[in-house]
Amino acid sequence: MSFKEALESGKFLVTAEVGPGKGTDVEHLLKDAEIIKDRVDAVNVTDLQSSVMRLGSMAVCHLLKDMGIDPIYQVTCRDRNRLALQADLLSGWVLGIRNMLALTGDHPTLGDHPQAKPVFDLDSVTLLEAASKLNSGVDMAGKELKGAPDFLCGAVVNPGADNEAALDLQLIKMEKKMEAGAKFFQTQAVYDLDIFEKFMKRVEGFGAKVLGGVILLKSVGMARYMNKNVAGVFVPEPLIEEMKASEDKAQASMNIAVRLIKGMKDLCDGVHIMAMGWESKIPPILDEGGI
Amino acid sequence: MIIAEQKTMEEIQNMVAPYHRILLVGCGTCTTFCSAGGAEQVDSLAEALVSENKEMFIERTTIPRQCAERFIDRLEEKIGNHEAILSMGCGNGVQAVASRFPDKPVLPVLNTQFIGVEKEPGVWTENCQACGDCILWRTGGVRPVTRCAKGLLNGPCGGASEGKCEVSRDRPCAWQEIYYALKRLDLLHYLKEKPQVKDWPLHPGRVVREDLREVEAT
Repeated sequence: MSFKEALESGKFLVTAEVGPGKGTDVEHLLKDAEIIKDRVDAVNVTDLQSSVMRLGSMAVCHLLKDMGIDPIYQVTCRDRNRLALQADLLSGWVLGIRNMLALTGDHPTLGDHPQAKPVFDLDSVTLLEAASKLNSGVDMAGKELKGAPDFLCGAVVNPGADNEAALDLQLIKMEKKMEAGAKFFQTQAVYDLDIFEKFMKRVEGFGAKVLGGVILLKSVGMARYMNKNVAGVFVPEPLIEEMKASEDKAQASMNIAVRLIKGMKDLCDGVHIMAMGWESKIPPILDEGGI
Repeated sequence: MIIAEQKTMEEIQNMVAPYHRILLVGCGTCTTFCSAGGAEQVDSLAEALVSENKEMFIERTTIPRQCAERFIDRLEEKIGNHEAILSMGCGNGVQAVASRFPDKPVLPVLNTQFIGVEKEPGVWTENCQACGDCILWRTGGVRPVTRCAKGLLNGPCGGASEGKCEVSRDRPCAWQEIYYALKRLDLLHYLKEKPQVKDWPLHPGRVVREDLREVEAT
C-alpha cells in the first residue's frame, strides 16, 4: 500500500526518517531502511538537515523507492530558488517519488557552510502552492506542463511553540499550508502529551492528518541539549529523571517512546518516528505499542 | 540612513601603499551620522596614516554628500596632483566620485553595511533592503524581508525559541514582533491573507520619473 493509500484508508499511520550522510556511502542508511521497511507506511529523507552539506534527498528517495519503500521527499527552501525547486519536484516525480514534504529549512549559519548565501525565494507555504500548481499541470509562471506530477504534499507544524504568539503563528501558518495543498502534517517531537492534546484540540476542525513526532531519547545529555537548543522541543524533567535512573538507557528510551505512541493513538492520525541511528529499536517499539 | 564601518587599518594601508599624495574625502551625511566617515574620522584617519608613513601627503576635505554631483564638483579644484582619492563615503559615494574622476583611483575606506537606524549609542540595526515593494502597512511596521533572517513573507519558520531567532539569540523573531504589532493595532487578520511570493526587482535598479525628466525640444 502506498503512503497515499494508507492515508486515505484511515489507518493509524507510521512514518520514519533517514538522514543521508556526508559522502557517497549509503550502506548504513540502506541497512537502517531495510530494518524498518515492512513496519512503516513511508520514510522521510531529510534535505541537508541542520544546513550541513550532505548527500541529497532526491537520490536517496530514489534508492528507497527501488527497495520498495514509499519515500517522502523533504524539500527545503534554503538552497534553491523557484526554478530549481520546481525542476527538482518534476525530477523527483520521474524518479518515482510520490510524496513531498515542504519545509522552510534551517538557516545556513547553523550548518557547516555558514557563509553560504541563503535563498528562501519561496517559503514552505508558497512551495506547497508551487507543488499544487505543478500537480494541476502548470508551473508558477502559469506555463503548461507536458506531463504533470501528482504529489501527495505534506508539511510540518510545531505543537510545542513556547509562547502564545509563536503558537498562534504556527496555527495561522498551518491553515495557510492546508489551503496551499498540504494533506498531512508531521510534528516536531512531542514529549508532553497534555500539551499535544491541547494542540490537537485547537486543530480539530482543520481536517488535516496529523502525525505526532517522536524522537528516541538516546541519553540524558541529548534531552538536555534539545531542551536548550531545539526550538519547540521540551523534554519534561520526569522523563529525564527516568532516563537517569535507568541502567539500560536504550530500554528506558523505548519505554518512553512506547508510552508516547500509545498516547498519540487516541489523539492524532499517526506517528512520525525519528530514530536517528536507532532504527533497530523501531520494530520492537511498534510491537510494544500495539501497532 | 546608510550604515558603514571603517575597514581595518591593514587593508587601508594596503590600498594606499602605491600612492604618496592622497585626497581624503569625508561625507557629511550618512557616514557622518554613523561616525564612520565624517570630518572627525577624516582627521583621525589622516593622522593615523601619516604617523605610519611620514612620506605621505594627505589633503583632507569633507563634502556634504558624496552621492550628489554638485558637491562632488567641489573636489575639482582640490584634486590637483593627488595620485588617488580616498573616500569615506558609502559604496554609493565612492562610485559617484569614481565616475566623476575616471583618471584617478578612488579607494573605499568604508565597508557599507546596510540601510538602518541607530538602536542605541554604538549599535546600529538593519531595517530595509530597498526591495522595491513596501508591505510595511500589512506587517505592523516590521519588515520581514529584512528583519526575518530568512526573509519569510508568510509567517515564521519553526526555529524561534523564547521569541528569539534561530540564527542568534540577540535577534528577536521578526514574525513575533509583527504578531504583537498587528495585535496591538487590531490588524491580526492581515496575517491570514493570501500567501505572497516576492517579485524580485532587477539589479542594478533604475527609477525613471517622466514628470521630472527634462524633455528635449523637438
